[in-house]
Amino acid sequence: MFWDKKIECMEREEIKELQLVKLQNTVKYAFDKIPYYHKKYSEYEVFPEDIQSLEDIEKLPFTTKDDLRQVYPFGMFAVSTDEIIEIHSSSGTTGKPVISGYTKKDIDNWSEILARGLTEWGVSSNDIVQNTNGYGLFTGGLGIHYGAQKIGATVVPISTGQTRRQIELMNDFESTCLIVTPSYGLYMGEVAKEEGFNLKDFGLNVIGFGSEAWTEEMRKRLEETFGVPAYNIYGLTEMMGPGVGVECSKQNGLHIAEDYYYPEIIDSSSGKHLPEGTHGELVLTNIEREGMPVIRFRTKDITALDYNPCDCGRTFCRMERITGRTDDMIKVKGVAVFPSQIEKALLKISEIEPHYQVIVSRPGNLDEIEVKVETAPELFSDDVRELMNIRNKIADHIKNEVGIKVKVTLVEPKTIPRSTAKAVRVIDKRNLH
Amino acid sequence: MEKVKQLSIFLTNQKGKLYNVLNILKENNINIRALSLTDTSEFGILRLIVDCPDKGKELLEKNNYTIKISSAIAVELSDTPGGLSSVLKILNDNNINLDYIYAFTHEYSDKAILFLSTHDLDLLITVLKENSIEIVPSDEIYNL
Repeated sequence: MFWDKKIECMEREEIKELQLVKLQNTVKYAFDKIPYYHKKYSEYEVFPEDIQSLEDIEKLPFTTKDDLRQVYPFGMFAVSTDEIIEIHSSSGTTGKPVISGYTKKDIDNWSEILARGLTEWGVSSNDIVQNTNGYGLFTGGLGIHYGAQKIGATVVPISTGQTRRQIELMNDFESTCLIVTPSYGLYMGEVAKEEGFNLKDFGLNVIGFGSEAWTEEMRKRLEETFGVPAYNIYGLTEMMGPGVGVECSKQNGLHIAEDYYYPEIIDSSSGKHLPEGTHGELVLTNIEREGMPVIRFRTKDITALDYNPCDCGRTFCRMERITGRTDDMIKVKGVAVFPSQIEKALLKISEIEPHYQVIVSRPGNLDEIEVKVETAPELFSDDVRELMNIRNKIADHIKNEVGIKVKVTLVEPKTIPRSTAKAVRVIDKRNLH
Repeated sequence: MEKVKQLSIFLTNQKGKLYNVLNILKENNINIRALSLTDTSEFGILRLIVDCPDKGKELLEKNNYTIKISSAIAVELSDTPGGLSSVLKILNDNNINLDYIYAFTHEYSDKAILFLSTHDLDLLITVLKENSIEIVPSDEIYNL
Protein backbone atom coordinates (compact mmCIF):
# COMPACT_ATOMS: atom_id res chain seq x y z
CA MET A 1 0.00 0.00 0.00
CA PHE A 2 1.14 3.53 -0.72
CA TRP A 3 0.28 6.77 1.04
CA ASP A 4 1.56 8.96 -1.80
CA LYS A 5 2.56 6.71 -4.68
CA LYS A 6 3.53 9.59 -6.95
CA ILE A 7 6.23 10.76 -4.56
CA GLU A 8 7.27 7.39 -3.21
CA CYS A 9 7.85 5.91 -6.67
CA MET A 10 9.53 8.89 -8.38
CA GLU A 11 12.27 8.20 -10.89
CA ARG A 12 15.80 8.65 -9.57
CA GLU A 13 16.40 11.65 -11.84
CA GLU A 14 13.24 13.32 -10.57
CA ILE A 15 14.27 12.69 -6.97
CA LYS A 16 17.65 14.26 -7.66
CA GLU A 17 16.12 17.32 -9.27
CA LEU A 18 13.72 17.78 -6.40
CA GLN A 19 16.49 17.28 -3.84
CA LEU A 20 18.75 19.83 -5.50
CA VAL A 21 16.07 22.50 -5.48
CA LYS A 22 15.19 21.75 -1.87
CA LEU A 23 18.84 21.66 -0.85
CA GLN A 24 19.58 25.00 -2.49
CA ASN A 25 16.56 26.56 -0.81
CA THR A 26 17.51 25.10 2.54
CA VAL A 27 21.11 26.29 2.42
CA LYS A 28 20.01 29.79 1.43
CA TYR A 29 17.27 29.82 4.07
CA ALA A 30 19.62 28.61 6.80
CA PHE A 31 22.35 31.05 5.77
CA ASP A 32 19.92 33.96 5.87
CA LYS A 33 17.96 33.05 8.96
CA ILE A 34 20.28 31.20 11.33
CA PRO A 35 23.34 33.06 12.66
CA TYR A 36 25.11 29.76 13.32
CA TYR A 37 25.14 28.87 9.62
CA HIS A 38 25.82 32.42 8.51
CA LYS A 39 28.92 32.61 10.65
CA LYS A 40 30.14 29.10 9.93
CA TYR A 41 29.67 29.27 6.16
CA SER A 42 31.30 32.69 6.04
CA GLU A 43 34.29 31.29 7.91
CA TYR A 44 34.51 28.39 5.46
CA GLU A 45 33.96 30.80 2.59
CA VAL A 46 31.18 28.74 1.18
CA PHE A 47 27.94 30.42 0.19
CA PRO A 48 24.47 29.34 -0.93
CA GLU A 49 25.28 30.04 -4.59
CA ASP A 50 28.13 27.50 -4.44
CA ILE A 51 25.56 24.70 -4.33
CA GLN A 52 25.09 23.99 -8.02
CA SER A 53 24.74 20.23 -7.83
CA LEU A 54 23.93 17.67 -5.14
CA GLU A 55 27.64 16.77 -5.03
CA ASP A 56 28.40 20.33 -4.00
CA ILE A 57 26.99 19.52 -0.59
CA GLU A 58 30.50 18.25 0.22
CA LYS A 59 31.68 21.85 0.24
CA LEU A 60 29.57 22.53 3.32
CA PRO A 61 30.98 21.88 6.78
CA PHE A 62 29.32 19.28 8.99
CA THR A 63 27.04 19.97 11.90
CA THR A 64 27.69 17.90 15.00
CA LYS A 65 25.73 17.23 18.15
CA ASP A 66 28.15 19.53 19.95
CA ASP A 67 27.37 22.35 17.54
CA LEU A 68 23.70 21.94 18.32
CA ARG A 69 24.36 21.83 22.01
CA GLN A 70 26.39 25.02 21.93
CA VAL A 71 23.44 27.01 20.68
CA TYR A 72 21.14 25.54 23.34
CA PRO A 73 18.26 26.08 23.64
CA PHE A 74 16.85 27.86 20.59
CA GLY A 75 19.91 28.98 18.66
CA MET A 76 19.23 26.70 15.70
CA PHE A 77 15.72 27.97 15.11
CA ALA A 78 15.20 29.74 11.80
CA VAL A 79 12.00 31.36 12.99
CA SER A 80 10.93 33.08 16.17
CA THR A 81 9.25 31.04 18.87
CA ASP A 82 5.94 32.63 17.76
CA GLU A 83 6.00 30.24 14.85
CA ILE A 84 7.34 27.25 16.74
CA ILE A 85 4.40 25.20 17.96
CA GLU A 86 6.22 22.29 19.55
CA ILE A 87 9.55 21.41 21.08
CA HIS A 88 11.21 18.07 21.57
CA SER A 89 14.50 17.23 23.14
CA SER A 90 17.10 14.50 23.26
CA SER A 91 17.57 12.91 26.65
CA GLY A 92 20.41 15.32 27.43
CA THR A 93 22.41 12.54 28.93
CA THR A 94 25.74 13.92 27.76
CA GLY A 95 25.41 17.46 28.97
CA LYS A 96 22.91 19.93 27.63
CA PRO A 97 20.15 18.31 25.62
CA VAL A 98 19.63 19.01 21.95
CA ILE A 99 16.41 20.87 21.28
CA SER A 100 14.34 20.31 18.20
CA GLY A 101 11.74 22.90 17.22
CA TYR A 102 8.75 22.46 14.88
CA THR A 103 6.50 24.89 13.08
CA LYS A 104 2.96 23.93 12.14
CA LYS A 105 4.23 22.95 8.73
CA ASP A 106 7.03 20.82 10.19
CA ILE A 107 4.55 18.87 12.28
CA ASP A 108 2.47 18.35 9.14
CA ASN A 109 5.51 17.12 7.25
CA TRP A 110 6.57 14.86 10.06
CA SER A 111 3.05 13.39 10.17
CA GLU A 112 3.24 12.91 6.42
CA ILE A 113 6.49 10.97 6.60
CA LEU A 114 5.13 8.66 9.27
CA ALA A 115 1.81 8.31 7.49
CA ARG A 116 3.77 6.91 4.56
CA GLY A 117 5.64 4.54 6.83
CA LEU A 118 2.56 3.20 8.56
CA THR A 119 0.83 2.78 5.21
CA GLU A 120 3.83 0.79 3.98
CA TRP A 121 2.96 -1.75 6.67
CA GLY A 122 -0.67 -1.90 5.66
CA VAL A 123 -1.93 0.29 8.50
CA SER A 124 -4.95 2.43 7.58
CA SER A 125 -7.86 4.31 9.10
CA ASN A 126 -9.37 0.98 10.13
CA ASP A 127 -6.52 0.28 12.48
CA ILE A 128 -6.02 0.70 16.19
CA VAL A 129 -2.45 1.75 16.91
CA GLN A 130 -1.21 1.05 20.42
CA ASN A 131 1.78 3.32 20.89
CA THR A 132 4.00 2.21 23.76
CA ASN A 133 6.70 4.76 22.92
CA GLY A 134 7.11 7.32 25.68
CA TYR A 135 5.07 10.48 25.22
CA GLY A 136 6.71 13.75 26.13
CA LEU A 137 9.96 15.33 25.02
CA PHE A 138 10.99 12.06 23.41
CA THR A 139 10.12 12.19 19.71
CA GLY A 140 9.18 8.52 19.51
CA GLY A 141 5.83 8.97 21.20
CA LEU A 142 4.26 11.97 19.51
CA GLY A 143 5.88 11.37 16.11
CA ILE A 144 4.14 8.04 15.69
CA HIS A 145 1.01 9.56 17.20
CA TYR A 146 0.83 12.27 14.52
CA GLY A 147 1.50 9.82 11.71
CA ALA A 148 -1.19 7.44 12.91
CA GLN A 149 -3.71 10.27 13.24
CA LYS A 150 -2.79 11.53 9.80
CA ILE A 151 -3.95 8.28 8.25
CA GLY A 152 -7.03 8.32 10.44
CA ALA A 153 -6.11 5.35 12.59
CA THR A 154 -7.28 5.17 16.19
CA VAL A 155 -4.37 5.89 18.49
CA VAL A 156 -4.07 4.38 21.94
CA PRO A 157 -1.51 6.77 23.49
CA ILE A 158 -0.64 4.50 26.36
CA SER A 159 3.09 5.36 26.45
CA THR A 160 5.69 3.08 28.07
CA GLY A 161 5.18 0.94 31.15
CA GLN A 162 2.13 -0.48 32.91
CA THR A 163 2.85 -3.69 31.08
CA ARG A 164 -0.07 -5.71 32.47
CA ARG A 165 -2.48 -2.95 31.57
CA GLN A 166 -0.94 -2.72 28.10
CA ILE A 167 -1.70 -6.37 27.51
CA GLU A 168 -5.18 -6.11 28.94
CA LEU A 169 -6.05 -3.12 26.72
CA MET A 170 -4.43 -4.71 23.71
CA ASN A 171 -6.74 -7.66 24.21
CA ASP A 172 -9.86 -5.58 24.98
CA PHE A 173 -9.37 -3.02 22.19
CA GLU A 174 -8.10 -5.60 19.73
CA SER A 175 -5.25 -3.27 18.82
CA THR A 176 -4.03 -4.08 15.34
CA CYS A 177 -0.71 -2.24 15.31
CA LEU A 178 1.76 -2.19 18.18
CA ILE A 179 4.64 0.29 18.41
CA VAL A 180 7.46 -0.82 20.71
CA THR A 181 11.17 -0.86 21.30
CA PRO A 182 12.36 -4.42 20.54
CA SER A 183 13.32 -5.14 24.12
CA TYR A 184 10.04 -3.81 25.48
CA GLY A 185 8.09 -5.84 22.95
CA LEU A 186 9.84 -9.01 24.06
CA TYR A 187 9.25 -8.10 27.67
CA MET A 188 5.54 -7.64 26.96
CA GLY A 189 5.59 -11.09 25.42
CA GLU A 190 7.01 -12.58 28.61
CA VAL A 191 4.50 -10.84 30.83
CA ALA A 192 1.61 -11.88 28.59
CA LYS A 193 2.77 -15.46 28.82
CA GLU A 194 2.95 -15.25 32.60
CA GLU A 195 -0.58 -13.92 32.66
CA GLY A 196 -1.72 -16.88 30.61
CA PHE A 197 -2.41 -14.98 27.38
CA ASN A 198 -1.47 -16.19 23.95
CA LEU A 199 -0.52 -13.07 22.04
CA LYS A 200 -1.18 -14.82 18.76
CA ASP A 201 -4.88 -14.90 19.66
CA PHE A 202 -4.96 -11.11 19.87
CA GLY A 203 -6.12 -9.01 16.95
CA LEU A 204 -2.64 -7.73 16.11
CA ASN A 205 -1.55 -7.43 12.47
CA VAL A 206 1.75 -5.61 12.61
CA ILE A 207 4.50 -4.31 14.87
CA GLY A 208 6.59 -1.19 14.35
CA PHE A 209 9.78 -0.99 16.37
CA GLY A 210 12.67 1.40 16.79
CA SER A 211 14.88 3.56 19.04
CA GLU A 212 17.16 0.71 19.97
CA ALA A 213 19.86 -1.46 18.44
CA TRP A 214 18.45 -4.71 17.13
CA THR A 215 19.33 -7.83 15.20
CA GLU A 216 17.49 -10.01 12.72
CA GLU A 217 17.36 -12.64 15.41
CA MET A 218 15.53 -10.22 17.73
CA ARG A 219 13.11 -9.33 14.97
CA LYS A 220 12.37 -13.02 14.48
CA ARG A 221 11.72 -13.46 18.17
CA LEU A 222 9.38 -10.46 18.17
CA GLU A 223 7.53 -11.85 15.17
CA GLU A 224 7.29 -15.29 16.73
CA THR A 225 6.08 -13.89 20.03
CA PHE A 226 3.27 -11.89 18.49
CA GLY A 227 2.73 -13.95 15.35
CA VAL A 228 2.87 -10.86 13.08
CA PRO A 229 5.53 -9.12 10.95
CA ALA A 230 7.68 -6.45 12.62
CA TYR A 231 9.15 -3.43 10.83
CA ASN A 232 11.86 -1.03 11.83
CA ILE A 233 11.66 2.77 12.03
CA TYR A 234 14.76 4.94 12.20
CA GLY A 235 15.08 8.53 13.20
CA LEU A 236 16.73 10.97 15.53
CA THR A 237 15.57 13.97 17.49
CA GLU A 238 17.98 16.33 15.74
CA MET A 239 16.46 15.56 12.34
CA MET A 240 12.86 15.71 13.65
CA GLY A 241 12.40 12.24 15.09
CA PRO A 242 11.33 8.82 13.87
CA GLY A 243 10.56 8.49 10.19
CA VAL A 244 13.88 9.33 8.55
CA GLY A 245 13.83 5.73 7.40
CA VAL A 246 11.03 3.18 7.55
CA GLU A 247 11.07 -0.44 6.45
CA CYS A 248 8.60 -1.66 3.87
CA SER A 249 7.01 -5.09 3.74
CA LYS A 250 10.10 -6.49 1.98
CA GLN A 251 12.14 -6.04 5.17
CA ASN A 252 15.16 -5.31 3.08
CA GLY A 253 16.32 -1.94 4.33
CA LEU A 254 14.62 1.25 5.47
CA HIS A 255 13.32 3.65 2.81
CA ILE A 256 14.66 7.11 3.51
CA ALA A 257 12.12 9.87 2.93
CA GLU A 258 14.41 11.43 0.32
CA ASP A 259 12.14 14.37 -0.35
CA TYR A 260 12.68 15.47 3.28
CA TYR A 261 16.17 14.17 3.99
CA TYR A 262 19.30 14.12 1.91
CA PRO A 263 21.47 11.20 3.07
CA GLU A 264 25.23 10.84 2.61
CA ILE A 265 27.65 8.14 3.67
CA ILE A 266 31.09 9.35 4.70
CA ASP A 267 34.32 7.92 5.97
CA SER A 268 34.10 9.06 9.58
CA SER A 269 37.80 9.89 9.84
CA SER A 270 38.37 11.71 6.56
CA GLY A 271 34.85 13.10 6.23
CA LYS A 272 34.89 12.22 2.52
CA HIS A 273 32.06 10.58 0.62
CA LEU A 274 32.26 6.82 0.22
CA PRO A 275 31.27 4.92 -2.93
CA GLU A 276 27.66 3.85 -3.16
CA GLY A 277 26.87 0.75 -1.15
CA THR A 278 29.88 1.12 1.16
CA HIS A 279 29.44 1.13 4.92
CA GLY A 280 30.20 4.38 6.64
CA GLU A 281 28.79 7.12 8.82
CA LEU A 282 25.36 8.39 7.89
CA VAL A 283 25.14 12.15 7.44
CA LEU A 284 21.68 13.70 7.10
CA THR A 285 20.34 17.02 5.89
CA ASN A 286 16.82 18.33 6.43
CA ILE A 287 15.92 19.60 2.98
CA GLU A 288 12.48 20.68 3.96
CA ARG A 289 12.15 22.03 7.43
CA GLU A 290 11.03 25.49 8.51
CA GLY A 291 11.66 25.59 12.21
CA MET A 292 15.13 24.12 12.40
CA PRO A 293 16.82 22.87 9.26
CA VAL A 294 19.90 20.85 10.20
CA ILE A 295 22.49 20.60 7.45
CA ARG A 296 24.98 17.75 7.15
CA PHE A 297 24.36 16.32 10.58
CA ARG A 298 26.78 13.62 11.61
CA THR A 299 24.61 10.87 13.05
CA LYS A 300 27.57 8.69 14.09
CA ASP A 301 25.42 5.75 13.03
CA ILE A 302 27.04 3.29 10.64
CA THR A 303 25.06 2.00 7.69
CA ALA A 304 25.13 1.64 3.89
CA LEU A 305 22.69 2.95 1.27
CA ASP A 306 21.15 0.99 -1.56
CA TYR A 307 19.78 3.06 -4.47
CA ASN A 308 18.37 0.14 -6.44
CA PRO A 309 14.58 0.28 -6.73
CA CYS A 310 12.93 -1.95 -4.16
CA ASP A 311 10.65 -4.89 -4.98
CA CYS A 312 7.87 -3.03 -3.20
CA GLY A 313 7.93 -0.47 -6.00
CA ARG A 314 9.37 2.39 -3.98
CA THR A 315 12.35 4.21 -5.40
CA PHE A 316 13.57 6.00 -2.28
CA CYS A 317 16.95 4.62 -1.30
CA ARG A 318 17.19 2.09 1.46
CA MET A 319 19.50 2.23 4.45
CA GLU A 320 20.66 -0.95 6.10
CA ARG A 321 19.91 -1.73 9.72
CA ILE A 322 22.34 0.36 11.81
CA THR A 323 25.27 -1.89 12.53
CA GLY A 324 27.36 0.30 14.77
CA ARG A 325 28.43 3.68 16.01
CA THR A 326 31.49 5.75 15.33
CA ASP A 327 31.69 6.71 19.00
CA ASP A 328 31.39 4.66 22.15
CA MET A 329 27.74 5.38 22.58
CA ILE A 330 25.65 2.41 23.57
CA LYS A 331 21.91 2.33 23.49
CA VAL A 332 20.45 0.51 26.41
CA LYS A 333 16.72 0.27 26.97
CA GLY A 334 16.34 2.99 24.36
CA VAL A 335 18.60 5.36 26.30
CA ALA A 336 21.90 6.60 24.91
CA VAL A 337 24.76 5.95 27.29
CA PHE A 338 28.27 7.34 26.88
CA PRO A 339 31.32 6.21 28.83
CA SER A 340 31.99 9.88 29.60
CA GLN A 341 28.85 9.90 31.75
CA ILE A 342 30.09 6.96 33.77
CA GLU A 343 33.40 8.79 34.20
CA LYS A 344 31.61 11.89 35.41
CA ALA A 345 29.70 9.87 37.97
CA LEU A 346 32.85 8.13 39.22
CA LEU A 347 34.64 11.43 39.66
CA LYS A 348 31.93 12.46 42.09
CA ILE A 349 32.94 9.60 44.37
CA SER A 350 36.68 9.89 44.16
CA GLU A 351 39.02 12.57 42.95
CA ILE A 352 41.13 10.09 41.12
CA GLU A 353 39.16 8.43 38.40
CA PRO A 354 39.05 4.73 39.09
CA HIS A 355 39.58 2.32 36.25
CA TYR A 356 36.29 0.94 35.06
CA GLN A 357 34.59 -1.10 32.39
CA VAL A 358 31.03 -1.16 31.18
CA ILE A 359 29.52 -4.48 30.24
CA VAL A 360 26.22 -4.52 28.44
CA SER A 361 24.33 -7.77 28.21
CA ARG A 362 20.88 -9.04 27.56
CA PRO A 363 20.42 -12.03 29.83
CA GLY A 364 16.73 -12.42 29.10
CA ASN A 365 15.08 -9.92 26.84
CA LEU A 366 16.02 -6.76 28.67
CA ASP A 367 19.34 -5.00 28.54
CA GLU A 368 21.51 -4.86 31.61
CA ILE A 369 24.50 -2.69 32.31
CA GLU A 370 27.16 -3.71 34.69
CA VAL A 371 29.89 -1.27 35.62
CA LYS A 372 32.99 -2.86 37.04
CA VAL A 373 34.99 -0.45 39.16
CA GLU A 374 38.46 -1.17 40.43
CA THR A 375 38.63 -0.69 44.16
CA ALA A 376 41.40 1.85 44.39
CA PRO A 377 42.68 2.69 47.90
CA GLU A 378 40.59 5.88 47.87
CA LEU A 379 37.46 3.82 47.51
CA PHE A 380 38.35 1.07 49.91
CA SER A 381 37.13 0.87 53.43
CA ASP A 382 37.70 -1.80 56.02
CA ASP A 383 33.99 -1.86 56.68
CA VAL A 384 31.71 -4.08 54.60
CA ARG A 385 28.73 -1.78 55.12
CA GLU A 386 30.81 1.17 54.05
CA LEU A 387 31.92 -0.67 50.91
CA MET A 388 28.32 -1.54 50.11
CA ASN A 389 27.49 2.14 50.63
CA ILE A 390 30.21 3.22 48.25
CA ARG A 391 28.98 0.73 45.70
CA ASN A 392 25.41 1.96 46.04
CA LYS A 393 26.55 5.56 45.88
CA ILE A 394 28.38 4.87 42.63
CA ALA A 395 25.25 3.21 41.25
CA ASP A 396 23.12 6.20 42.31
CA HIS A 397 25.47 8.72 40.72
CA ILE A 398 25.56 6.74 37.49
CA LYS A 399 21.79 6.49 37.51
CA ASN A 400 21.58 10.26 37.92
CA GLU A 401 23.91 10.79 34.97
CA VAL A 402 22.61 8.12 32.65
CA GLY A 403 19.00 7.84 33.67
CA ILE A 404 18.88 4.10 34.04
CA LYS A 405 19.77 1.68 36.78
CA VAL A 406 23.09 -0.09 36.53
CA LYS A 407 24.69 -2.86 38.48
CA VAL A 408 27.99 -1.82 40.04
CA THR A 409 30.58 -4.43 40.91
CA LEU A 410 33.72 -3.61 42.85
CA VAL A 411 36.72 -5.52 41.59
CA GLU A 412 40.36 -5.72 42.58
CA PRO A 413 42.86 -3.23 41.20
CA LYS A 414 44.52 -4.07 37.90
CA THR A 415 41.99 -6.77 37.07
CA ILE A 416 40.36 -4.78 34.27
CA PRO A 417 42.46 -5.21 31.15
CA ARG A 418 44.34 -2.16 29.94
CA SER A 419 45.27 -1.57 26.41
CA THR A 420 48.10 0.62 25.28
CA ALA A 421 46.00 2.59 22.81
CA LYS A 422 42.38 3.33 23.53
CA ALA A 423 41.00 1.67 26.63
CA VAL A 424 38.21 -0.76 26.00
CA ARG A 425 35.59 0.91 28.12
CA VAL A 426 32.56 -0.85 26.80
CA ILE A 427 31.99 -4.51 26.19
CA ASP A 428 28.72 -5.16 24.45
CA LYS A 429 27.77 -8.79 24.86
CA ARG A 430 24.40 -8.39 23.21
CA ASN A 431 25.78 -9.42 19.84
CA LEU A 432 24.03 -6.70 17.93
CA HIS A 433 26.47 -6.36 15.09
CA MET B 1 50.51 0.07 72.48
CA GLU B 2 47.05 -1.41 72.79
CA LYS B 3 46.06 -1.14 69.15
CA VAL B 4 47.13 -4.04 66.99
CA LYS B 5 47.82 -3.31 63.36
CA GLN B 6 45.69 -5.38 61.09
CA LEU B 7 45.81 -5.70 57.30
CA SER B 8 42.43 -5.31 55.60
CA ILE B 9 42.56 -6.53 52.03
CA PHE B 10 39.90 -6.19 49.36
CA LEU B 11 39.22 -9.43 47.53
CA THR B 12 36.63 -10.35 44.97
CA ASN B 13 34.71 -13.48 45.80
CA GLN B 14 36.41 -15.81 43.35
CA LYS B 15 38.28 -19.05 43.42
CA GLY B 16 41.98 -18.76 44.20
CA LYS B 17 41.88 -15.18 45.44
CA LEU B 18 42.63 -16.02 49.07
CA TYR B 19 45.31 -18.47 48.11
CA ASN B 20 47.14 -15.84 46.05
CA VAL B 21 47.39 -13.49 48.99
CA LEU B 22 48.52 -16.16 51.40
CA ASN B 23 51.05 -17.41 48.89
CA ILE B 24 52.65 -13.98 48.56
CA LEU B 25 53.00 -13.80 52.34
CA LYS B 26 54.44 -17.31 52.51
CA GLU B 27 57.03 -16.60 49.84
CA ASN B 28 58.18 -13.60 51.82
CA ASN B 29 58.25 -15.39 55.10
CA ILE B 30 55.52 -13.41 56.74
CA ASN B 31 53.72 -15.32 59.42
CA ILE B 32 50.01 -15.01 60.02
CA ARG B 33 48.86 -14.78 63.62
CA ALA B 34 45.15 -14.64 63.05
CA LEU B 35 42.78 -14.30 60.15
CA SER B 36 39.21 -13.47 59.44
CA LEU B 37 37.32 -13.28 56.17
CA THR B 38 34.12 -11.33 55.72
CA ASP B 39 32.34 -12.01 52.53
CA THR B 40 29.41 -10.81 50.47
CA SER B 41 28.33 -12.52 47.29
CA GLU B 42 30.65 -10.33 45.22
CA PHE B 43 33.57 -9.33 47.35
CA GLY B 44 35.13 -9.87 50.72
CA ILE B 45 37.46 -8.23 53.19
CA LEU B 46 40.33 -10.36 54.39
CA ARG B 47 41.68 -9.25 57.75
CA LEU B 48 45.05 -10.50 58.80
CA ILE B 49 47.19 -10.09 61.87
CA VAL B 50 50.77 -10.79 60.84
CA ASP B 51 54.17 -10.58 62.48
CA CYS B 52 55.26 -7.59 60.40
CA PRO B 53 52.23 -5.66 59.15
CA ASP B 54 54.08 -2.80 57.43
CA LYS B 55 56.18 -5.16 55.37
CA GLY B 56 53.07 -7.17 54.55
CA LYS B 57 51.25 -4.08 53.34
CA GLU B 58 54.12 -3.00 51.15
CA LEU B 59 54.42 -6.44 49.59
CA LEU B 60 50.77 -6.83 48.83
CA GLU B 61 50.49 -3.33 47.43
CA LYS B 62 53.35 -4.14 45.11
CA ASN B 63 51.21 -7.01 43.92
CA ASN B 64 48.31 -4.67 43.14
CA TYR B 65 46.10 -5.39 46.11
CA THR B 66 44.08 -2.68 47.78
CA ILE B 67 44.97 -2.67 51.45
CA LYS B 68 44.34 -0.61 54.49
CA ILE B 69 46.08 -0.90 57.79
CA SER B 70 43.42 -0.72 60.41
CA SER B 71 43.46 -1.42 64.11
CA ALA B 72 41.93 -3.92 66.43
CA ILE B 73 42.21 -4.51 70.13
CA ALA B 74 43.45 -7.86 71.40
CA VAL B 75 42.20 -9.16 74.71
CA GLU B 76 43.13 -12.27 76.49
CA LEU B 77 40.57 -14.50 78.06
CA SER B 78 40.52 -17.92 79.55
CA ASP B 79 39.92 -20.66 77.05
CA THR B 80 36.96 -22.02 78.99
CA PRO B 81 33.20 -21.98 78.44
CA GLY B 82 31.75 -18.54 79.10
CA GLY B 83 35.04 -16.70 78.52
CA LEU B 84 33.83 -14.83 75.48
CA SER B 85 30.32 -14.14 76.65
CA SER B 86 31.59 -12.49 79.85
CA VAL B 87 33.54 -9.97 77.72
CA LEU B 88 30.61 -9.35 75.42
CA LYS B 89 28.31 -8.74 78.37
CA ILE B 90 30.56 -5.94 79.55
CA LEU B 91 30.58 -4.36 76.10
CA ASN B 92 26.84 -4.70 75.88
CA ASP B 93 26.35 -3.09 79.26
CA ASN B 94 28.52 -0.21 78.09
CA ASN B 95 26.64 0.23 74.85
CA ILE B 96 29.51 -0.70 72.58
CA ASN B 97 28.52 -2.12 69.24
CA LEU B 98 31.22 -4.29 67.71
CA ASP B 99 31.90 -4.13 63.99
CA TYR B 100 33.56 -7.50 63.97
CA ILE B 101 35.33 -9.94 66.18
CA TYR B 102 37.58 -12.91 65.69
CA ALA B 103 39.46 -15.18 68.02
CA PHE B 104 42.29 -17.62 68.12
CA THR B 105 44.03 -19.77 70.66
CA HIS B 106 47.75 -20.27 70.82
CA GLU B 107 49.85 -23.10 72.01
CA TYR B 108 51.83 -21.35 74.77
CA SER B 109 49.03 -21.04 77.26
CA ASP B 110 45.48 -22.02 77.89
CA LYS B 111 44.39 -18.52 77.00
CA ALA B 112 42.43 -17.43 73.98
CA ILE B 113 43.04 -14.16 72.20
CA LEU B 114 40.16 -12.14 70.93
CA PHE B 115 40.39 -9.33 68.37
CA LEU B 116 37.74 -6.69 68.67
CA SER B 117 36.94 -3.75 66.49
CA THR B 118 34.44 -0.99 66.86
CA HIS B 119 33.92 2.53 65.68
CA ASP B 120 35.55 4.16 68.68
CA LEU B 121 38.56 2.09 69.65
CA ASP B 122 39.64 4.46 72.41
CA LEU B 123 36.32 4.10 74.15
CA LEU B 124 36.64 0.34 73.83
CA ILE B 125 40.07 0.45 75.45
CA THR B 126 38.76 2.54 78.33
CA VAL B 127 35.82 0.24 78.96
CA LEU B 128 38.01 -2.85 78.83
CA LYS B 129 40.48 -1.34 81.28
CA GLU B 130 37.78 -0.20 83.66
CA ASN B 131 36.51 -3.75 83.75
CA SER B 132 39.98 -5.21 84.26
CA ILE B 133 40.03 -7.18 81.07
CA GLU B 134 43.56 -7.78 80.01
CA ILE B 135 44.56 -6.11 76.78
CA VAL B 136 47.40 -7.81 74.99
CA PRO B 137 49.93 -5.22 73.73
CA SER B 138 50.57 -5.22 70.03
CA ASP B 139 54.27 -6.15 70.30
CA GLU B 140 53.32 -9.27 72.11
CA ILE B 141 50.85 -10.22 69.38
CA TYR B 142 53.37 -9.74 66.58
CA ASN B 143 55.94 -11.81 68.47
CA LEU B 144 53.74 -14.63 69.63
